[in-house]
Amino acid sequence: MAVLNNIQALTHALDLAMEKHQNVIVYGEDAGYEGGVFRATVGLQQKYGEERCFDAPIAEATLVGTAVGMAINGLKPVVEIQFEGFSYPIIQQLFTHVARMRNRSRGRFSCPMVIRMPMGGGIRALEHHSEAMEAMFAHNPGLKVVIPSTPFDTKGLLLAAVESPDPVLFLEPTKIYRAFKQDIPDEYYTLPIGEGYKVQEGTDVTIVTYGAQVGDCEKAIEQLKGEGKNVSVDLIDLRTIQPWDREMVIESVKKTGRLIVVHEAVRSFSVAAEVIATVNEKCFEYLKAPCARVTGYDIIVPFDRGEHFHQPSVQKIVVKIKEVLDYQF
Amino acid sequence: MYFDKFDALKNEKLQIMDNTGKILKPELMPKISDEDVLAAYKLMCLSRRQDDFQNKVQRQGRMLSFLSSTGQEATEVAYAMQIIKGKDWFSPAYRNNAAWLTAGIPMRNIMLYWCGNEMGAKTPEGVNVLPVNIPIATQYSHATGLAFAEKYNKTGGVVLTTTGDGGSSEGEFYEAMNFAKLHEVPAIFIVENNQFAISTPRKKATKAINFAVKGIAVGMRNILVDGNDFFAVYGAVQEAIALARKGEGPSLIECETYRIGAHSSADDPKVYRDEENHQEQIKNDPLIRLKAYLIAKKKWSEQEQTKLDAEQDQFIKDEFAWVEANNNVDLKDIFAYTYQEMPDFLAEQYEEAKAFFEAYPSKGGHH
Repeated sequence: MAVLNNIQALTHALDLAMEKHQNVIVYGEDAGYEGGVFRATVGLQQKYGEERCFDAPIAEATLVGTAVGMAINGLKPVVEIQFEGFSYPIIQQLFTHVARMRNRSRGRFSCPMVIRMPMGGGIRALEHHSEAMEAMFAHNPGLKVVIPSTPFDTKGLLLAAVESPDPVLFLEPTKIYRAFKQDIPDEYYTLPIGEGYKVQEGTDVTIVTYGAQVGDCEKAIEQLKGEGKNVSVDLIDLRTIQPWDREMVIESVKKTGRLIVVHEAVRSFSVAAEVIATVNEKCFEYLKAPCARVTGYDIIVPFDRGEHFHQPSVQKIVVKIKEVLDYQF
Repeated sequence: MYFDKFDALKNEKLQIMDNTGKILKPELMPKISDEDVLAAYKLMCLSRRQDDFQNKVQRQGRMLSFLSSTGQEATEVAYAMQIIKGKDWFSPAYRNNAAWLTAGIPMRNIMLYWCGNEMGAKTPEGVNVLPVNIPIATQYSHATGLAFAEKYNKTGGVVLTTTGDGGSSEGEFYEAMNFAKLHEVPAIFIVENNQFAISTPRKKATKAINFAVKGIAVGMRNILVDGNDFFAVYGAVQEAIALARKGEGPSLIECETYRIGAHSSADDPKVYRDEENHQEQIKNDPLIRLKAYLIAKKKWSEQEQTKLDAEQDQFIKDEFAWVEANNNVDLKDIFAYTYQEMPDFLAEQYEEAKAFFEAYPSKGGHH
C-alpha cells in the first residue's frame, strides 16, 4: 500500500499501464520532459523514453487526430489536454472520428484511446481553466466519460480506461488533485467503467454526484449532523457519466423516494437533467418530492473573484437537502 | 531524383509527358512496367465510367450526392497503385473514387456508401484504407498517427493521404504535417489541387505561389507535379515512398490537376467556372494523354478500347444492380457499432425501437 493523492495515483497508474502494455503512448503539451502542467506524467519520459512519452506541438486538434491513426493502427494513445477549457479544438476529431469510427466502418476500425484532461473549478485559475463540460462529451454517442473522485478510483478507472475497447474521456477534477491522500494498493487493478460507488448508505434521500462534489456532499451531511439534523443519506458517486449506473440510482430512489443531483457543471441539458429524466421514467411513483439539483448556473464560469457564487458549495447542498426533506405535496 | 531537382519556391513543376502523350523527358521516366501502366490506364477508365454512370443514376434519384474523381484519375491511380495491400495505409478524403478502386475497395462498397448505407464503409479485411472522410483535412492527422504507429512498431508500412487545394487552408493540414515531420514518420501528404474548393477558385484559397511550398514551413521536402501526367505523379510518389521506407520521413506532393466535373452531383460548376478556361483545361485530360501514350507504344488500340468500355459498363451495371438489391439496413445495425459491446441502456433503446417498428413497420429510406 502507498499513501497517494489523486495526481500521484494518476502517475502511478500511467506508469503501470506503460509497463504492462507496450503499445501505450503518452503525449500532450509539456507532457514529456516536464511531466505536464500538473505533473501527472512526471518521470515517464525518463523511464520509458521519448518514443513513448513526449511533448507534442501546441495543436490540440492534431493531438487527438493523430491518436485516431495510432489507435486504428494498434497503439493505445493516452493523450493529455492541458485543461478541459482548451478541448474545443479537439471537438471535431472527437465527434466526427473518435466517437464514430467503429460505427462508420461497421466494426472494421475503432479508436480505443484515453483522453485525459483536468476539469472543473475551485483552483483560482485564469479564464478557460475551470470548465466542467462533461455533458457535452456524454451527449455524443460512442464515447465513455469517466470522472474519478478518489486516488483509489483514479488508479483503477484509469487502468480500466486504458483497457477499454472504446474511447474514454478521463476528466480529472483539478480541485482535488492534491486535496487529500488515500492508501491505495501497489498492484495493477481496474474498476469497472459504468459502475457507481455507494459512499454511504441511507434511507431519507438519495444524493447523486461525482468528482470534486463527492467531498462537498460528505461535508454537507456532516454539517447537518452538527446542526442536530440526523439525515440518513444514500450518497452515490457515479464515477462514470456515460455510461452511468442507472440501476444503482433507481434502486436507491425506490428506497428513499427523494433525489438530489449535485455537480458544478451548468444546469441546462446537464447530467442532473439526464438522471432526473431517467428517474421520472423508471420510478416516478416512488417519489415523495420533486427531484432536485444543485449545479452551476447557466453562465460562463466566473473568474476567481466570482467563482464561489457559481460553485455548488456545502451550504447550497445543505439548504437543498432540507428543502427536499421538508417538501409536502 | 525528383525532389532535389524541382524547386517549388521557383514554381518548378515536374512534368514528364506532354498532353499529347509524348515523353518530354525520358531521363525522368520512373521505373514501371508497361503492364502496370496499362493496368493503371484501365483503372482510370473504370473510375471515369463509374463517375459517368453514377451521375446518371443520381439524376434518376437512385443514388445520393457523390463526389466524382473525373479529371483527377492520373493522380489518384498513380499514387494508390503504389500502396502495398495489407501493409501500407491510405487515409483518404471524400473525392477519391479512382484511388479507392485502385487500393482495393470493391466498387459495390463505394456505391453502397453513396447510396446512404454505412456497410459500404466497411473496408474488406486486408485493405488498409480508412473510410470516406467528410470533414476537411482531418485525415492528415490520421495519416500522421497511422505512420507514427508504423514507425513505432517497426512494421515497415507507409501511409498515403490526400486532400484538396481547399483543404490546405485548414489548421490540421499544417498541424499534422508539423507533427509528422517532428517524428519523421513514413507518411506521404498529397494535395490534389483540382483548382476549386466547391466554387472557391484556387486563387482565392491562398496567395502562396503553389501548395507544395506549404511544406517548407514545417521543414518537409516537397514537390509540385503535373497531376494529369501519370508518370510525373508515379515518379514523385515512388521516390517519396522509398524515402519514407528508408526512415527519411514524410514528403508533401502537390499534384496540379483539374476537376472536370462538379464538386458534387448537387452543384452546377457552370455557375462559377470560366468556360474558356475550362475548354483549355480539359485538353489536359489525363485519360486522353495516357491513352495516346499507350497507342503510340503499340500497347493499346481503339478496338481494345471499345471492348474495354463495354466490359466496364457491364461490370458497373452489375455492381449497381447488386447494390440496389442489397441496400438494406437492419435496425440492429444502427445500434450495434456505437460501442464494442452494447451497453444495457442502449440495448433497452434497441428493444424499444424493435417493439415500435414491429407495431408500426417502416419501409426505410425517406418517406
